[in-house]
Amino acid sequence: MSVDTATVKRIASLARIAITDEDAARMAPELGNILGWIEMLGEVDTTGVEPMTAVIPNTLRLRDDVVNADPLTGGNIREQVLANAPVAEHGFFAVPKVIE
Amino acid sequence: MTDLTDLGIAGIRDGVRDGSFTARDVADAFIVKVSQAKALNAFLVETPEHAIAAATAADTARAAGETLKPLAGVPIGMKDLFCTKGVTTTAASHILEGFTPTYESTVSQNLWDAGAGMLGKLNMDQFAMGSSNETSAFGNVISPWKRNDGGNASLAPGGSSGGSSSAVAARLCPGATGTDTGGSIRQPAAFTGISGIKPTYGRCSRWGTIAFASSLDQAGPMARDVRDCAILLEAMAGFDAKDGTSLQLDVPKWEAGLSASLVGLRVGIPKEYRVDGMPEEIEALWQKGIEWMKDAGATIVEVSLPHTKYALPAYYIIAPAEASSNLARYDGVRYGIRDLPAGSGLQDMYAATRADGFGPEVKRRIMIGTYVLSAGFYDAYYTQAQKVRTLIARDFEKAWETCDVLLTPTAPSAAFALGEKSADPIAMYLNDVFTVPSSLAGLPAMSVPGGLDKQGLPLGLQIIGKPLDEQGVLNAGLAIEQRAGFTARPEAWW
Repeated sequence: MSVDTATVKRIASLARIAITDEDAARMAPELGNILGWIEMLGEVDTTGVEPMTAVIPNTLRLRDDVVNADPLTGGNIREQVLANAPVAEHGFFAVPKVIE
Repeated sequence: MTDLTDLGIAGIRDGVRDGSFTARDVADAFIVKVSQAKALNAFLVETPEHAIAAATAADTARAAGETLKPLAGVPIGMKDLFCTKGVTTTAASHILEGFTPTYESTVSQNLWDAGAGMLGKLNMDQFAMGSSNETSAFGNVISPWKRNDGGNASLAPGGSSGGSSSAVAARLCPGATGTDTGGSIRQPAAFTGISGIKPTYGRCSRWGTIAFASSLDQAGPMARDVRDCAILLEAMAGFDAKDGTSLQLDVPKWEAGLSASLVGLRVGIPKEYRVDGMPEEIEALWQKGIEWMKDAGATIVEVSLPHTKYALPAYYIIAPAEASSNLARYDGVRYGIRDLPAGSGLQDMYAATRADGFGPEVKRRIMIGTYVLSAGFYDAYYTQAQKVRTLIARDFEKAWETCDVLLTPTAPSAAFALGEKSADPIAMYLNDVFTVPSSLAGLPAMSVPGGLDKQGLPLGLQIIGKPLDEQGVLNAGLAIEQRAGFTARPEAWW
């Protein structure tokens, strides 16, 4: 499996990770090696096998339809939610301008 | 008077209960040990005030004649993957620097509710991605162990719970939390001569635990012996409505259920775990383990897990795929660092923040995950890996027709020196060859120390059990522990 620099840059862009040409060139053979190694899965006959969705049988629960059923995950905690924001203004997360 | 830091969880609990010493004495003794062990770099944050507050509560309760909580007076170390209210939590990543949770993870809250105190937050591989603790953004954790060759090489404490393993092995805390995605409790336990158990997937709530690969992540205890692991796991586990995969089951009384008699137990030896290039000493220890099991009354059966060799490649598709999705949340908007190059917009901010904040191994895994989930590759990689995962789980189900637990080595080597494997990601990944299959199948599994190799380094044996049979795993571990007589400990050089 060979991965070229252009592919690395495309993947980095999809993953929203800035990457220099130099780093992309360095990562290309590295990712190629790893992808080449995991390709051995192709030799397993999985005809008729369902993909795993849950390792331990479990039922999905629905919680009661009430407000603030658990205070830890309920509402009215704006200050806590914003407490770790790099920039918060007027009670909102603030980001660079996205519309001209 | 004995050195209180030589005591384990049970010894501290019982001593505080019967008044042999105070919880405060215990906390103070460990706090000093932690403060003197900077050379190990096991702790990212020290929280003596937390440990003292819990100790004071225990002593006050005892003085008032109240019934003490299960872990009253026991100070522990907390892996930095668990969010702790008001205490910086970074998952050892630069991208979360300065993050101070406004809430407490369920597992840590369960431990505080049981009376435990926190000595500090433990270093780890960044976002739990690594097998040597070399991916932390805050420096390598050093194992307290040294080779007996007269050299002074710094050894890896294993990973990703390397701060936990190093701290427990060095007697900086009597027990610690770990998390295990593909072996991150068991491999570091094996490398440092301690015990650790990953319970069945769903036993411990994932709420408030920083996510790596959600279908695999499980918390578990690391401590010096099997009993201590049982005690800690009882406190950590339990149903939590805030985690959709939490199992709605009562927590068994694992400590009370401990029994080292294995009469009637069928122990499976999977032939596929005899891998090429495995050191003879590990082979020999495995054989000893088999003899110990027989001595405890068990019968030995050979079993086959034919898809074993596909477990690692499947894991290195599934875990990075889930990680690439989970780690999308680190965008410089809601928490952690923000890198906003002058004059740039939102998209550039995301990319710059993530380039600056994530370490190389984390980026590598996000990139692999992004690739295997990208259009045109999804079925060939991700769906195929999930199908292979089904086959791996079926291998175990088939094995349970003829045996009750499996016995294997924990890792294919003893601890290696820092830097020895970091240049080759695949060589590093291969360290988890024996631990990953049971993770993919969600099974309980534990590592207990079995002996030392020629270089004087600990080697571990792994016991894998049926779903929900932590008791069977713990009991088999106890039988080994009693026969291995592992008392070796690293000489303090730090």
